[in-house]
Amino acid sequence: MTFFEVVFYAFSTLMVVAALGVVSARNPVHSVLFLVLTFFASSAIWLLLEAEFLAITLVLVYVGAVMVLFLFVVMMLDINVTRMREGLMRYAPFGIAIAILLIVQMVMVVGPEHFGLLAFPVPESHAADYSNTKELGRVLYTDYVYAFELASVILLVAIVAAITLTMRRRPNTRYQKPGAQMKVLKEDRLRIIKMKSETIEPENKQ
Amino acid sequence: MEWLFSLAPDFMVDFWNWLPQWIQVLAENLLYIVLIMVPLMLCVAYVTYAERKIIGYMQVRLGPNRVGPKGWLQPIADAIKLMFKEVIIPTNSNKFLFLFAPILTLGPALAAWAVIPFFEGVQLSNLNAGLLYILALTSMGVYGVIIAGWASNSKYAILGALRSAAQVVAYEIAMGFALVGVLMASGSLNLGDIIARQEGGFMSWFWLPLLPLLAVYFISGVAETNRAPFDVAEGESEIVAGFHVDYSGMAFAVFFLAEYANIILIAALTSLMFFGGWMSPFGSMADHALLGDGTHWFILKTMFFIYMFLWFRATFPRYRYDQIMRLGWKVFIPVTIVWLVVEAVMVVMQVGPWAVDTAASVAGA
Repeated sequence: MTFFEVVFYAFSTLMVVAALGVVSARNPVHSVLFLVLTFFASSAIWLLLEAEFLAITLVLVYVGAVMVLFLFVVMMLDINVTRMREGLMRYAPFGIAIAILLIVQMVMVVGPEHFGLLAFPVPESHAADYSNTKELGRVLYTDYVYAFELASVILLVAIVAAITLTMRRRPNTRYQKPGAQMKVLKEDRLRIIKMKSETIEPENKQ
Repeated sequence: MEWLFSLAPDFMVDFWNWLPQWIQVLAENLLYIVLIMVPLMLCVAYVTYAERKIIGYMQVRLGPNRVGPKGWLQPIADAIKLMFKEVIIPTNSNKFLFLFAPILTLGPALAAWAVIPFFEGVQLSNLNAGLLYILALTSMGVYGVIIAGWASNSKYAILGALRSAAQVVAYEIAMGFALVGVLMASGSLNLGDIIARQEGGFMSWFWLPLLPLLAVYFISGVAETNRAPFDVAEGESEIVAGFHVDYSGMAFAVFFLAEYANIILIAALTSLMFFGGWMSPFGSMADHALLGDGTHWFILKTMFFIYMFLWFRATFPRYRYDQIMRLGWKVFIPVTIVWLVVEAVMVVMQVGPWAVDTAASVAGA
């Protein structure tokens, strides 16, 4: 077994174990952390395939941003584990049936006859100065530029939609207006009055 | 490694050659890692001393001056004290995650140094996607804070963790965009290339064409490290000490180290991306021993930005939480996007530092 294979098997074992942890952990926060571990392991496997851009982006986007928000939400949920487990045995046969169906479908689509070693030859390894970021960028902005732009427009629409769905202005809330605060001058708030100095007569000092 | 061979006796060279190749690679890299880590950890220890001393002088105090001459042994004494204190683990908390969280904050801050170039060709790994690697690692640090807050099983800790998570996610976007500007200016994700592209002295470093991005990057860096004035995650006047309220002894010390390791990292990155790294500010004297290019410039620039962190802490009052969010989302992100557009126009029109090609072509014609 070469060093390459050792690394591959180490990370794929880690990935499978972590993925099992995601679905079997009792605590949802642990599930999220297992999912982070799964992403890490898959990113390491991508690195083995010389896809360093995709590998690092996976960590950057999913681990660094998406999963943080996931964790944020899951941490705040008050989940009653016993109540969630009540119907487990009743729904188990149904769930198992669906799982088997999914597995069969996946084997049919990504099985060895379509994605096996024969269907895909070993990718040739590139020189040390080969930058797959550059290559990916070149393909994205030339051959697939319409698809790329379309995807970004769809994402933009999704962002706008999400914001309009969740944004509500409560009429009674008072907001700070930083612009107005910055524009305030001394003359607006402070009035200096000229007056003669006054002394109060001590009337009946004891 | 060659000079080491010439020094070592023959039997050691023979022994080295007898070792299998993967052990040789492993040993060599471990040696380099130790060479980077040991000075770095010493710096971390002495930045804590520098902070107390500098803020002390700014507030007309003396700062630590009891342990050793002028207090120089203070960080060592602190370390020994923290090592011998008991680590108390809260009841009903998850022990593994509770102890793992500090390591998770420190780890990424140290791992990022793998791609930092100290001089031309002097770096542990010359990664093509070095900039992305650093972005990915700096975004990892927040997990330590969140997990610490959650595993402590305390309300104050979880409030600190939530604040920190929201803040880091907000400022990371601005930070990423600022680095996209650097990437556009240099045309490479490789940190060595980014520095090489800034060749030619003080005025040709990226700080000038990317001035708004520099401001956004550095302030986001302060926010990302949870330092004053953005230290609401600790917020000792509101939520006691935030995410690390339940930590004691060495577990707390690791959080403390991570904070300073992150400061050094952000300072080093600012000097790499915007101030030419190991480049000398006197571009024409590149061969001079002291005024020419060299690692000492990198260290000087990094020290200056570390000083800025301490200076900020002594100067600014803490931001209110909603103002932090406003600054991140409504000020910094628009600023970076506008400057990216401006920069793109400058690149296309070949204005400023991108005019080199036109000058060459005019000279050629």
